[in-house]
Amino acid sequence: MNRKQNVTIKGTKDGLTLHLDDVCSYEELKKELNQKLTESSRSSEDRLISVMVHTGNRYLSEAQEEEIKELIRQKKNLVVESVRSNVITKNEAEKLKQDNEILSIARIIRSGQVLEVPGDLLLIGDVNPGGTVKAGGNIFIMGALKGIAHAGINGNKEAVISASVMKPTQLRISDSLTRAPDDNVEEGKREMECAYIDEDNQITIDRLQVLMHIRPNLSKLQGGF
Amino acid sequence: MGEAIVITSGKGGVGKTTTSANIGTALALQGKRVCLVDTDIGLRNLDVVMGLENRIIYDLVDVIEERCKVPQALVKDKRFDDLLYLLPAAQTSDKNAVNSEQMKKLIDELKQDYDYIIIDCPAGIEQGYRNAVAGATKAIVVTTPEVSAVRDADRIIGLLEKEEHIESPKLIINRIRPHLMKNGDMLDVEEITNHLSIDLIGIVADDDQVIKASNHGEPIAMNPNNVASIAYRNIARRILGESVPLQQLEEENPGVFTKIKKFFGVK
Ligand SMILES: Nc1ncnc2c1ncn2[C@@H]1O[C@H](COP(=O)(O)OP(=O)(O)OP(=O)(O)O)[C@@H](O)[C@H]1O
Ligand SMILES: [Mg+2]
Repeated sequence: MNRKQNVTIKGTKDGLTLHLDDVCSYEELKKELNQKLTESSRSSEDRLISVMVHTGNRYLSEAQEEEIKELIRQKKNLVVESVRSNVITKNEAEKLKQDNEILSIARIIRSGQVLEVPGDLLLIGDVNPGGTVKAGGNIFIMGALKGIAHAGINGNKEAVISASVMKPTQLRISDSLTRAPDDNVEEGKREMECAYIDEDNQITIDRLQVLMHIRPNLSKLQGGF
Repeated sequence: MGEAIVITSGKGGVGKTTTSANIGTALALQGKRVCLVDTDIGLRNLDVVMGLENRIIYDLVDVIEERCKVPQALVKDKRFDDLLYLLPAAQTSDKNAVNSEQMKKLIDELKQDYDYIIIDCPAGIEQGYRNAVAGATKAIVVTTPEVSAVRDADRIIGLLEKEEHIESPKLIINRIRPHLMKNGDMLDVEEITNHLSIDLIGIVADDDQVIKASNHGEPIAMNPNNVASIAYRNIARRILGESVPLQQLEEENPGVFTKIKKFFGVK
């Protein structure tokens, strides 16, 4: 009678946490989950309750994850907040690594050329007018940016663009856009600059040194020195 | 085995044909065997600039379509003793009459008989461009000191850098007007060279004599005393491996040479 539980439900102040066993079969798991949820959703409350799902060392395919979510959602006042697992596929790991990697490329991006990287870009060279660089993360240009740079292409608003010579035709961060002023005066300014999205959701250009204050996460050094 | 150099620019009218004619002439003056190839099918004019129009019998498309043998189509320039020849473009066909493989085969054949094959490329980046670069092993990009021409040069350099059979291209800045450049009303040589970051192989002044000479079918490089002629002759010498200082286009400005020296990449 003292059978091992495949699904344990814990109530927290933020909602429910479901721990799903990672050894039993998937079918068994589904069955028990359905049963447990039906028993416990008899409460008369109609406040929405958020649910966190932990799958331990079980890998759920996208379809399975969707199935589990659907099962939970069917119980009238439950919403799935997150599904977490200790494991990811090699592909996901590879992508994660790419997304967090700084790629350094020594090249001139000429008119008509487009360079795109999944993570951060360190360009040792220029982006000429008519050329474009795109990155999932930040863009650091050691030379002159005279073309288009688009950082945070997948929606990361924290992404920044910096260049030794900042003379872009256009800057884009996430889905914000700014173009060069029509009068290109300001010659002689020879300082590395950076662009970021400020509190008003506008792209702002400033001295490079402000980045350490507004984007402390740019530091990847652990432990300090 | 000869060397095949394509003269290209992206933008039209910046001086590709003029440059081809004059570099070819200047190399022949140095005693080299030169074949000029006009690949601007439908808009040929290298023959006019060379003054050889009335001697054309066959053209490039006739050779490709095997209506004649290569030597039959070559027009000999009688001013040079068996040193300078022209393979004219067809005037009637369109540029799709020829493909890249056929062009490459033709240029490879010419390389057996000539020291230099100078290929005049049409403007643009379509089939005509691809044909012109197909057989080349070196490239010279011509630009003028104008923003739009430099932009197109940049585009072409990007494309040339992808062609594995072609060495890193060299730059000619044509039609320089020293007083405009000096006043900052025109992009200057250093600015353009820095921007494009390829080696500069020559600068050519804007000179009315160039147009006059072309209209007479006698390339300016034949004239020993003209400023543009000297520029083309210098370029030819640099192609031959000599290290020739950059021409000073304005007496009062001795700075140009020292500033520019470092960009020279003569082999
Ligand atoms: N250095 C120069 N000084 C003065 N005129 C020049 C110079 N170079 C070229 N030109 C003139 O500019 C015009 C265009 O030159 P050219 O025909 O050589 O250009 P192109 O690049 O071959 O043009 P297209 O793209 O049509 O083939 C001609 O009238 C030519 O005489
Ligand atoms: Mg031409």
